[in-house]
Amino acid sequence: MSKTIVIDGKVIPFEDGQTIIQAATAAGVYIPHLCHNPKFTPHGSCKLCTVKVNGRNCSACTFPASEGQNITNISEELNDDREKITQMLFVEGNHFCPSCEKTGNCNLQAVAYHLGMTDNHFPHFFENREVDASHPDVMIDHNRCIFCTLCVRASQQEDGKNVFAISGRGLEKRLIVNSESGLLKDSDLDVNDCAAHICPTGAILIKRTGYKVPIGQRIFDHAHIDTVALAVEGVNHDE
Amino acid sequence: MKQFIEQLAQENDFKPTRLLKILRAIQARYFYIPAGAIEQLADLLNIPRTQIRNVVEFYSFFHLTPRGQYDILISSSITDLMVGQEELINYFSEKLDVTIGEVRADGIVSLNNTSCTGMCDQSLAGLVNGYAITKLTKARIDEIVENVNKQLPLDQWSRDLFDVQDNIIKPDLLLNQKPTQGEGINATFARGLMETLNEVEKSGLRGRGGAGYTTAWKWKFCSEDEGVCDIEAQHQKQRYIVCNADEGEPGTFKDRVLLNSYADSVFEGMTVAAAIIGATQGFIYLRGEYLHLSEKLEGILQARRNANLLGKNILQHGFDFDIEICLGAGAYICGEESALIESLEGKAGIPRNRPPYPVVSGYLNKPTSVNNVETFLAAANIAIHGGEWFANLGTAKSKGTKVLSISGDCAKAGIYEYAFGTTIQTILNDCGASDVLGVQVGGPSGTFISNEEFERKIAFEDLATGGSFIVFNNSRNILDIVHNFSHFFAHESCGFCTPCRVGTSLLKKQVDKIVEGHGSAGDIVALEELCQLIKNYSHCGLGQTAANPVLTTLERYPELYQSMLKKISYEPGFDLDKSLETARRMAHRDDAHAHLAQVED
Repeated sequence: MSKTIVIDGKVIPFEDGQTIIQAATAAGVYIPHLCHNPKFTPHGSCKLCTVKVNGRNCSACTFPASEGQNITNISEELNDDREKITQMLFVEGNHFCPSCEKTGNCNLQAVAYHLGMTDNHFPHFFENREVDASHPDVMIDHNRCIFCTLCVRASQQEDGKNVFAISGRGLEKRLIVNSESGLLKDSDLDVNDCAAHICPTGAILIKRTGYKVPIGQRIFDHAHIDTVALAVEGVNHDE
Repeated sequence: MKQFIEQLAQENDFKPTRLLKILRAIQARYFYIPAGAIEQLADLLNIPRTQIRNVVEFYSFFHLTPRGQYDILISSSITDLMVGQEELINYFSEKLDVTIGEVRADGIVSLNNTSCTGMCDQSLAGLVNGYAITKLTKARIDEIVENVNKQLPLDQWSRDLFDVQDNIIKPDLLLNQKPTQGEGINATFARGLMETLNEVEKSGLRGRGGAGYTTAWKWKFCSEDEGVCDIEAQHQKQRYIVCNADEGEPGTFKDRVLLNSYADSVFEGMTVAAAIIGATQGFIYLRGEYLHLSEKLEGILQARRNANLLGKNILQHGFDFDIEICLGAGAYICGEESALIESLEGKAGIPRNRPPYPVVSGYLNKPTSVNNVETFLAAANIAIHGGEWFANLGTAKSKGTKVLSISGDCAKAGIYEYAFGTTIQTILNDCGASDVLGVQVGGPSGTFISNEEFERKIAFEDLATGGSFIVFNNSRNILDIVHNFSHFFAHESCGFCTPCRVGTSLLKKQVDKIVEGHGSAGDIVALEELCQLIKNYSHCGLGQTAANPVLTTLERYPELYQSMLKKISYEPGFDLDKSLETARRMAHRDDAHAHLAQVED
């Protein structure tokens, strides 16, 4: 008999070495997340995937599944708090969905909808952040970076490069590029790199493609993020 | 510069783990880390330039643009504010003719605030080029200004400016011991390693950094291979012992004193621990603010090597062990054990995900036991006197004694050692505190207790503390304290996780709003809600305790917070009129129509 954990009353099998989110995804249970992608080493920084494991808060993307875990994933408390954590990301950066070309394809926006977020709740920081449009095919809009490090990990683990890093402390944190000038054009990023396409927000964009798919026909225009995530990540996981 | 860096890298065996040490040397020589140095180091150490850049930006004592040849930092801990820090730093700024945070036009001097430097018993304190200066008064500031303007080399400044007192006021069990060198090591081997570990377990010793994990268990887990504790077999695998001397909790300074006057015993404790878990290499992670101790500690380590207390075949017991000193560079978070390990590896101090715990996968992914300075001191003495000697003192759950750093409104600030279970009132009587408003026990991450709780006890089961004990009398304003602590946490958050990175800054703003009198009805609720969010969802102990100053005072003094609120139902979080400032400047207007009232009358 395989080992199991319980999520919201549902018995879910797991294998040794699996994290809670891996076991959940394989069983078709969606746990909200932004910095997690099953292809890469988990990071555990966004904290959206926080679940209660036997009453204690744990990040589902990094915490190993083990026998005897009774996990709460859906509750009013968790949902409210996940919403507030998402609101924190919104006020920290400068996220204006209606004028962002990523709208409809953006995980941050889709998670916000999923959690029922209707406003930003917290006061905005209005930080001055820059745009790096130096690269011929890819641009960075630092206004929308949430420091999830997906581009960092994708570049290292998928592209075999090391184009991105997160630098600095606290609120001063920012995405930096591995080139002497610090500019994207002088890095070895290629438009076909996984790192150029992995951003869950509109911080890293492919130039001249923004409106190829019209609004109304985008990923999250007709499907919720839980369905999309399970379809995409469930497949990846089984590979 | 090229030659200097080449040589520096060579001296450090081109090891990326020595990055902080290398950067400290570059910062000291050039007053910043030049871009060219980063490029060169990336090549020499074979690490990405982004890793170096991240380290430079992460630690407060590294800079990408030049600081002054004399870089002066003034501690802005609450105890410094209590002796007039604000007035004195302004005086400094005026006399030096330099804006706080800036470098003087001639590049000679720069001035800034810094987090607690561990000198709260001799405030106002600061650092000049990393070296501690104490008891700053206007007269002493004048002297420093003169030295700077004459460009007198630091080694020609009056030694008195750098005088750091131990201030041991009340020694007890541990501080009265002066064992001879090697006594603990010999006792350990005479008794047997497993037997000594049993004595440590019997002593009930728990981690003295504040978290209170049972020391013997930590060592046992660290020495195990897949659950099997086999002292003979474990020596095959590399393991590490780390002494956490990154004493950054504002108000704590006992490790400074322990390392100044009890270092031999601390190193002895590390050696005993190393023998037990089977480590051949130890590190002492010394906070950057204690640079003044490093030379002395190097000397003691050398003397111990000469006496065969470190090195190969220690005291003929067939066991090798050595200790390396690693200096931090200004980051409170590095007191967290996994962040400390990251820092030891030459990276930014970002706490790791757990599991795995450091005892399984720590420094360079090898089993590592990180223990507090005081824990090693206690262990060295337990190795000599046995567990019972220690366990005789204290309470059921907290054995032995605790060394406290007492500061603030009291007659005799300094080091006090008490058996666990001692009441706050006893301590206040001893240190000469009167008219007390409350005490911050355990630093900003601990608890603020009011003057109705002085029968409570120092103990893990009541008031746990890493050693910080700050007394406030009735002339102090609790909200000023909370304000100072909130700013501290926002400054020290590593920024890894959302709730702490964004939350501590939101908390700072929310506290500012209330303290500055802009709070309205809903703001206390919003404040508490935010606190819970940060506390419950943060990645590590920093975030999980960052809201404690607000939560512990809000619980005790709700009416104080309420009294700060305006009697209107809603007050916007931003200043409407102020936000028009840029527009007014651009339009060259300052008439009545160019201003907006915050709320309609």
